[in-house]
Amino acid sequence: MQSVEKGLSMDMATQNASLAQPLAPAVAAPSTKVVARDVNVYYGEKHAIKNVSIDIPDNSVTAFIGPSGCGKSTFLRSINRMNDTIPICRVNGRIELEGQDIYDPRLDVVQLHARVGMVFQKPNPFPKSIYENVAYGPRIHGLAASKTELDEIVQTSLIKAGLFNEVKDRLNDTGTGLSGGQQQRLCIARAIAVSPDVILMDEPCSALDPIATAKVEELIDELRQNFCIIIVTHSMQQAARVSQRTAFFHLGVLVEEGETAQIFTNPQDKRTQDYITGRFG
Amino acid sequence: MGAYYVALTAFLVLAAFFYARSRAVSAVAASGGGVSFHSLPAYHGLYAAMCVLIPLLLIFVVGSILTGKLAVDAGLAHFPADVAADALKRGAALREIENVISGHGSAAGNDALQRAADAYTSMRAIGGWTMLVLGIATAIGGIAHATGRIRPDFRARNNFERFTQVVLAASATIAILTTIGIVFSVLYETGRFFFDPALKGKPTITQFLFGLEWNPQAALRADQGDIATAFGFVPLLTGTLLITLIAIAVAGPLGLFSAIYLSEYATPRFRAWAKPILEILAGVPTVVLGFFAALTVAPLIRGWGEALGLNVASESALAAGLVMGMMIIPFVSSLSDDVINAVPQSLRDGAYALGATKSETIKKVVLPAALPGIVSAFMLAISRAIGETMIVVMAAGLAANLTFNPLDAVTTITVQIKTILVGDQEFDSAKTLAAFALGFVLFFVTLMLNYIALRVVQKYREQYD
Repeated sequence: MQSVEKGLSMDMATQNASLAQPLAPAVAAPSTKVVARDVNVYYGEKHAIKNVSIDIPDNSVTAFIGPSGCGKSTFLRSINRMNDTIPICRVNGRIELEGQDIYDPRLDVVQLHARVGMVFQKPNPFPKSIYENVAYGPRIHGLAASKTELDEIVQTSLIKAGLFNEVKDRLNDTGTGLSGGQQQRLCIARAIAVSPDVILMDEPCSALDPIATAKVEELIDELRQNFCIIIVTHSMQQAARVSQRTAFFHLGVLVEEGETAQIFTNPQDKRTQDYITGRFG
Repeated sequence: MGAYYVALTAFLVLAAFFYARSRAVSAVAASGGGVSFHSLPAYHGLYAAMCVLIPLLLIFVVGSILTGKLAVDAGLAHFPADVAADALKRGAALREIENVISGHGSAAGNDALQRAADAYTSMRAIGGWTMLVLGIATAIGGIAHATGRIRPDFRARNNFERFTQVVLAASATIAILTTIGIVFSVLYETGRFFFDPALKGKPTITQFLFGLEWNPQAALRADQGDIATAFGFVPLLTGTLLITLIAIAVAGPLGLFSAIYLSEYATPRFRAWAKPILEILAGVPTVVLGFFAALTVAPLIRGWGEALGLNVASESALAAGLVMGMMIIPFVSSLSDDVINAVPQSLRDGAYALGATKSETIKKVVLPAALPGIVSAFMLAISRAIGETMIVVMAAGLAANLTFNPLDAVTTITVQIKTILVGDQEFDSAKTLAAFALGFVLFFVTLMLNYIALRVVQKYREQYD
């Protein structure tokens, strides 16, 4: 496990490298982070996800859209094996993270969770101080050798989550005392403190008001530079605003997937067109 | 007569409800839906029932007291005047009257007694009939009042709401007053124990609280020891604390760990039958646990102790503490299990999503969030252990040894209270009143423990919403 600082400096290095080559294409074809092939998910008898295959690029935001119950959250949760906690849930097919099969029985699920972070629909800060909320992950993974290092990780994470200026004077106040939008950004800070490769967001703004939503969306756009972000959303406007790629799910099937602009302006499938024009869902 | 009155009240209340409701239904029907009634017919019925119930209860309470008093006066009027004045003679006379009425005694040859019994009986009958007649009249009045108010604008619903509130408040008040009453009665007798000048052989407060020897027999017989050192409370306190400590050392970890296992790790099927079995343990009568401790556990511990070359008393604090620990396991486990389950799943998901293992999640997130509930589970268990009597009576013995050795025999506060009060007692002796002092101190210790626990929880709780 690398330290956060190393992770940061490496990210900086890649950024600097791309800055140093102004002649390279403006949007360099990003490397593929997550690969899914023929993934099927069953809840008991119910076939929730049917033969989904998708490539998810690094350093970009991929949005999963679709009507309620279409399986987009289920598929999201199979990317970090959060579905494992549900006893009746079965997953088959292949999901790779940087070429490594995450359903390999030799793989440690706990380590996988550290590499694939998750932000939930309802903000769920721990009933601890703001500092402790962010420090929790680095502590259990031993990312900081000293108190100073831990302080630094907490600070950088809060800065990256755009929350630091609002809470810097009250890091010891309880995290549940923050407003809903601040709580959600605290949860994002908590997730990035363990420097994951991928961040999964399950409708992160559905419990927030429009102003808090705008702040979180802005944050998501900034985080894209360092992380691969996958977001499930009910709001097509949100998908259009924050994502580079969009995948449309319907009845457990991945109907269509592509550049966000193309999905919203020129969908190939009739069902996608009906959904984004508001015919159903 | 009382039973007739209660039955009549029940009948009248039901009658009032159904009559007023049907009147309200027809009133609504008669209006043809043109007028909208504020309250539904059922509320007019409930209002009528309430108008009957309240006065009838009042008549019952006041009437019973009055009838009883009048009947006693009527009976005593046939005895000489000094009988009514002297409490002892008065009681004897009343017993004689009762015996005649119930047929156990005979008034043969004693005309005055027979006349007294007759006067007593007839006065009771008059009182009873008066109450019945008065009750029926009041009930009719109540029903008339309620049916007269079946109007569109009458707020029967709100009136009944107020009645409900008063009933609930009255229940709460009775429960609180009972508690206060018990505390004050114990406090009063404790005050007598320490300060009543007529009481012989009473200790000072200092002698009681800090004395190292407990030997209440000394108060009865001068040759049994020094009165000044007879009521030393310290050995009882150490005995109680020692046994409670052993019990909580057994039940705390076992109960908490089984709660964590049941709520976090066990499959739903295992939990479905394991939890009831644990709760059955709470239903085992303590007297059964007591002889289990005395006849099975204590000899076992003594046998093991002797095999190891230790000197173990046949009634040891260890045996009593172990079995008492078994008794309170269900309190700890069942309550802790409930509060752990109440911690929202979203907190666990948050920790798992950061790459925490299950035990890390439990230790750092779930348990801190459940802490207030877990502490109150422990406090309840400790209170039960401190107040438990039967197990210690049987397994720990009566010897008031001042020791912290769990292999010795010790005694507890509750055991001494029981020992003092079992059998015939004279209530003006220091030995008997000592029980009240012990009871008061026991109550005080438990109260303090609860208070401390509350403060601890307030300081360290992690509140989730």
